[in-house]
Amino acid sequence: MNRLKKWVNSPRFSDVVASVGAIIVGLIFGLVILLITNAQQAFPAFFTILKGGFSGGAKGIGEVLYMATPLILTGLSVGFAFKTGLFNIGASGQLIVGGFVAILVGVKGEALGSYQWIVAFLGAMAAGAVWAAVPGILKAVFNVHEVISSIMMNYIGMYLVNMLVVEMVYDKLKNQSLIIKETAELPTWGLDKITQGSGLNAGFLIAILFVIITYIILNKTVFGYELIACGHNPEASKYAGIKAKRNIVLAMVIAGALAGAAGALMYLASTGKHIRVVDVLANEGFMGIPIALLGLSNPIGVFFAAIFIAYITIGGFYMQLFDFVPEIIDIMIASIIYFSAFALIAKNLIAYILKRQKKKEKDKPIEEVKEAKK
Amino acid sequence: MDILAFLIQQTMFFSIPLLVVALGGMFSERSGVVNIALEGIMIMGAFVSMMAISVLQDTMQGQGLLLIALSVAALAGMAFSLLHAYASINMKADQVISGTALNMFAPAFAIFVARTVQETHTKDINFTNTFRIESVPVLGKIPVIGPWLFQNAYITTYIGIAILIISAILLYKTKFGLRLRACGEHPQAADSVGVNVYKIRYAGVLISGALAGIGGLIFVIPTSTNFSATVSGYGFLALAVLIFGQWKPKRILFAAFFFGFMKTISAAYSGIPALKDLDISSGIYKMIPYIITLFVLAISSKNSQSPKAAGIPYDVGKR
Repeated sequence: MNRLKKWVNSPRFSDVVASVGAIIVGLIFGLVILLITNAQQAFPAFFTILKGGFSGGAKGIGEVLYMATPLILTGLSVGFAFKTGLFNIGASGQLIVGGFVAILVGVKGEALGSYQWIVAFLGAMAAGAVWAAVPGILKAVFNVHEVISSIMMNYIGMYLVNMLVVEMVYDKLKNQSLIIKETAELPTWGLDKITQGSGLNAGFLIAILFVIITYIILNKTVFGYELIACGHNPEASKYAGIKAKRNIVLAMVIAGALAGAAGALMYLASTGKHIRVVDVLANEGFMGIPIALLGLSNPIGVFFAAIFIAYITIGGFYMQLFDFVPEIIDIMIASIIYFSAFALIAKNLIAYILKRQKKKEKDKPIEEVKEAKK
Repeated sequence: MDILAFLIQQTMFFSIPLLVVALGGMFSERSGVVNIALEGIMIMGAFVSMMAISVLQDTMQGQGLLLIALSVAALAGMAFSLLHAYASINMKADQVISGTALNMFAPAFAIFVARTVQETHTKDINFTNTFRIESVPVLGKIPVIGPWLFQNAYITTYIGIAILIISAILLYKTKFGLRLRACGEHPQAADSVGVNVYKIRYAGVLISGALAGIGGLIFVIPTSTNFSATVSGYGFLALAVLIFGQWKPKRILFAAFFFGFMKTISAAYSGIPALKDLDISSGIYKMIPYIITLFVLAISSKNSQSPKAAGIPYDVGKR
């Protein structure tokens, strides 16, 4: 009971309450839109969204986890950068260059045999890291704001990958990248069978592994402590002898590697995803932002946030039965993010309420004593 | 039609929206509110005004309809940007997060409404382009310049130029402009002499909303025959133009035309014999504006002239 009380009074509690509050308000906002469009079907449709992947049974749950896999990693990517005080809006570009390298190795690297998918995966991480290093170095050396340089890198990455796909691994008929070799596909380790034929594969377990790794880096190592210190107060950490510039570059490199890994897990799945040659930025990268925000940049929080986002997205997929357009999910997610931007106010409010309650408790005995005296 | 005239006309189509939206961003950022929601506001402005056009185009055509659509776009952009203003000014929210939320919201909303409302159940809103001016009376007949600037044109081009001139005057020659700039540099100082920082910042964000809304519409009209809930990253490009232009109208004009020209080259290089012979992939041309922006940022950011208080919520207590 005491531990619970302690937790309730810690800042982390108000963080969680703010996130959950934003989710609830966002969902209600979505419900209102459903009601406006078609009042009769609104509630069944809304409950289908809430039921999410469960509507599809074991397969549905498998699909949720499969969909969550790259989202966990892009969420980790954005969240890791957040912890260091950097906004990595470039996960999209890092993801697509990573995905391209994975596909390139997956198509051309037959000689690697059963190591092919591992090489493809590591190559993708390296490519994402390189892509994120550019904004990192620009920030550290030239003081360029990482948001604008990452946005530029997103577009450069997209156009470059489109160009290279056409030149190197092009399926002209379908205007997309070629199918990867079977040895390059991620192993399924029976996960697809457990979930009755969903796309779930080893990628999900790899994503969990990365959740654990980033958690350890951030919370249990000196390096992670330095990164977080830089994020909280760059001036003070510089004074304490932390090499801020080096840490900025390293944080971006790690964030990029995570986004690159997301690209690999997306395009190495046996369910056959391909890079389509169209001038559109990869959306999975941008989804990392709301996930990191909802997960409070905490690796474990990110894990659950990614599953939540995948869960309601699949819910939105099933909701189409009621003749609603699935984009309602994106509207909900956007409004959740909008309301989570109010977190500061919400946190202050919660802190204020808790303080007042505490004060009341403190004041109580004195009043009782006073009354007793009378 | 000779190639030069064609290139100049095309450059106009790409540059003017960038110019207008970047000017919008300028008003917001110089008042002290970072606005990365430009992309979303453009989509919202384009979407609402396109809906208006598709409803009205049976009863009216031509420039009158375009002017109505432009006002609708401006209003829609303003209304949408209110969300950003409220979050970043009243709620002291992280402005980048709020902007990201708007950027996510706009395309989802546009697709959702278009597919729900339209009988075809598609996200595309088609329109008949009755807005092109074959040749401006009198001016179009001027030799050399006539075909360049006054043929195959849209009134949006001239409106864009007008917005530039008005913006420059507003920013540098009026009381409002001075106050706006003061709020972006040192809001506490502005407050101490009686300027209402909140009001000025609201004005800055609303102007940026109106201009970004207009920018969305004038991006779609000359370059397409339908609107499918995207402005192809032009809002982000406008952000780059804004920084490239160092938050100053004249430089923004230069930057917008540079970007517009590069976009034109990447879209039309196969029609230009000299470039076609070089045999460079179109991807390279598409990447060049972004790569150059990175270089310019690297060179110019050390002594960047960004508004000092941009992105920081105004807190009366911090003096």
